[in-house]
Amino acid sequence: MPINFELSEGSKLAQAHYHAVAVEKMRPVSRKYDLAEHTLPTEWVDYWWDEGRFAFQDKSAPTDGFITICLQAEELCWGDAGLYLRMPTPALGGSAVSSAGTSDQRTQFMSAFREKGGHPIWGAMAITEPQAGSDAAAIETTADFDPETEEWILNGTKIFCTAGEGASTADGGFIVVWATIDKSAGRGGIKSFVVMANTPGMELIGCEKKLGIRASDTATLRFDNCRVPKGNLLGSAEVRKKDPSKAGDKGFKGAMATFDASRPIVAAMATGVGRAALDFLKEELERQGVEIRYDAPPRELTAIERDVIEMEADLQAARLLTWRAAWMMNTGKRNNLEASMAKAKAGLAVTKITQKTVQILGPVGYSKKLLVEKWMRDAKINDIYEGTQQINQLIVARRILDYPSAMLR
Amino acid sequence: MIDFEPSEEQALIIETVRAFAENEIRPLCREADESGAPPKSVVEAAHELGLVANALPEKEGGGGERSAMTGVLIAEELAWGDLAIALAILSPGLLGFPVADFGSESQRSEILPDLMDSDFVPGSLAMVEPRFDFDAMHPQTTAKRDGDDILLDGVKCQVPWLEGGRHVIVVAADEAGLAAFLLPRDIDGLCAEPELMMGLGGLPTVELTLSGVRVAASARLSASDADLRRMIDRGRVALAAAGVGTARASYEVSRDYAKERETFGQPIATRQAIAFKLADMAIEIDGARLLVWEAAAALDRGEDATRLARLAYDQTMRVALAVTDGAVQVYGGHGYIRDYLPELHLRNVAGFASFESLVLL
Repeated sequence: MPINFELSEGSKLAQAHYHAVAVEKMRPVSRKYDLAEHTLPTEWVDYWWDEGRFAFQDKSAPTDGFITICLQAEELCWGDAGLYLRMPTPALGGSAVSSAGTSDQRTQFMSAFREKGGHPIWGAMAITEPQAGSDAAAIETTADFDPETEEWILNGTKIFCTAGEGASTADGGFIVVWATIDKSAGRGGIKSFVVMANTPGMELIGCEKKLGIRASDTATLRFDNCRVPKGNLLGSAEVRKKDPSKAGDKGFKGAMATFDASRPIVAAMATGVGRAALDFLKEELERQGVEIRYDAPPRELTAIERDVIEMEADLQAARLLTWRAAWMMNTGKRNNLEASMAKAKAGLAVTKITQKTVQILGPVGYSKKLLVEKWMRDAKINDIYEGTQQINQLIVARRILDYPSAMLR
Repeated sequence: MIDFEPSEEQALIIETVRAFAENEIRPLCREADESGAPPKSVVEAAHELGLVANALPEKEGGGGERSAMTGVLIAEELAWGDLAIALAILSPGLLGFPVADFGSESQRSEILPDLMDSDFVPGSLAMVEPRFDFDAMHPQTTAKRDGDDILLDGVKCQVPWLEGGRHVIVVAADEAGLAAFLLPRDIDGLCAEPELMMGLGGLPTVELTLSGVRVAASARLSASDADLRRMIDRGRVALAAAGVGTARASYEVSRDYAKERETFGQPIATRQAIAFKLADMAIEIDGARLLVWEAAAALDRGEDATRLARLAYDQTMRVALAVTDGAVQVYGGHGYIRDYLPELHLRNVAGFASFESLVLL
């Protein structure tokens, strides 16, 4: 296939479907759950569980594979990024089980998300700790094996766990918890464990009060002798000691590979929030009779025209970098570099775009009568979670310089 | 279906042009910049690759393989070697594409076969005017009827004017908007003054004064205002591709330099201040390239690409300036010295704020 920028028919159908969902189901309650932080957005959660997850069933037309998933993320985050994160889905926990689990584990943990009826359930991933964020190898939560019961015993505290309230309390859901089984082994000792909701020893401490994405439950979880079956370990229990001469610690790398799949989605989510602001800005300018002249030279343009054109270019560059990273997943190419490029670009671009939109719209942009101020608050998280801007720059830099992590920290 | 993989044919073209740029263009870019003209041997060798001829119509002996996408892939690679030499190599297109698209039978047979001859024949297109408020869509150069003839008046600049060219296309405003005229270089009333610019040293250009240049109505290409606007869009996409190539060149040399140059016992590339700058360069260059590709794809589908061309061009202009300036900075004092490439790249891309239709596809 030659270079092609046209979405396939199935992608266009999906895009239109999720756009309609965003307009009809998300935007009407967007402000409500921004104000009512820590309240379960029942209209949205129930819709998704009862209908939404089955609503787009037209699978006959060809899609763009992983790009189509990015389109869904963009459209729904155009609707509301906080509500998107509150969807009852396996989410990042599912990504971890898919990339590191066996097919039996996938069936065991994921099938509940496909069954009709029942109550909404969530998946989540718990990595960050009070003392370890970007430096995921520094986590201190431990997992010890009890040979008598053949169980892993988890101890530690996790913070910033997205969807952690739902995943820890609604029976049937689960959280993938990163813990070390051998601190002396460094990264090589870090493994991930599936902890089912309401497992004794796992305690929901509470949810954070945040700048934005307030509809999303960002949980703190304590693990106090929390026992999980042997079969809940994702990947092997073998500890590879650090050995620079060979590509060791595959377990950690395997866990980190989850990000190669999730970063394009996060970049797409970011693009959705940025587009919400930019779409609104352009519509408002049009209502006010301000035209954007794409054929005039830059020095002839007004400051607003220049800003809008630059925002559009940055947003589209972010979207195309995202699609490229997603397309590589379709073709089985390693996309570690490109996923970080997309995430770095999108996170920063939409942070700037939403801030600029607030500035341009003045009191209108700052008011809670509209959603513009909310989009600015929601957008900022995209430059932080799933690898901060700086962590993604670090990953890109190591790759383009061909430096191991020891050479560039 | 979305796809980012060049076709096999395009991949082969990229490989060929990249090797040519590396082996033939890059070693002579400094010499070209300082001497004021592209090395003849390089331009002639590039001509043998048939990069422009391949896109010209079959009827007059071309390859008939016109593709904006292939065009931007070629432009990026050539400009990676050197922007000025790239524009010189691609200059036949400035004449060939407008004549192929809008020329009469006699204009086509007069112009096109020469461009595909074994000898290199450059082209010239007079678009830009020497004013701060120049707007390609509204030139101040005028075309006025005078009986059966047309009189052309105005001043153009940044007109590629390589040795051996015999014609120039002049874009002017008439009562219907944009109009383009095919003129012999030696027509009465046309005065070409060689110009010197901050960059593009390897590309001879002139300031062109038209004082009552009288041409027959048949000198006017059949292009409408809308046609020429589309041509300008194509020029912007082509230039943007060349800007991406220049930025990539600057990024690559500064990346390699940063791995060699040491401070405090370590390569400067091991410092985040430098490494992150390089990472940003890589990200922004890839983003700009994808915008260029998207605009080229829209052109190939025959869609209105004005908006996408604008986004691609402006983004490239910003990115290329930031990248080449960053490259000078990574080199430090050496970046300011003409022994190294970043200062040449910086001078070249500073012109993107004024360039228009210096290359077509």
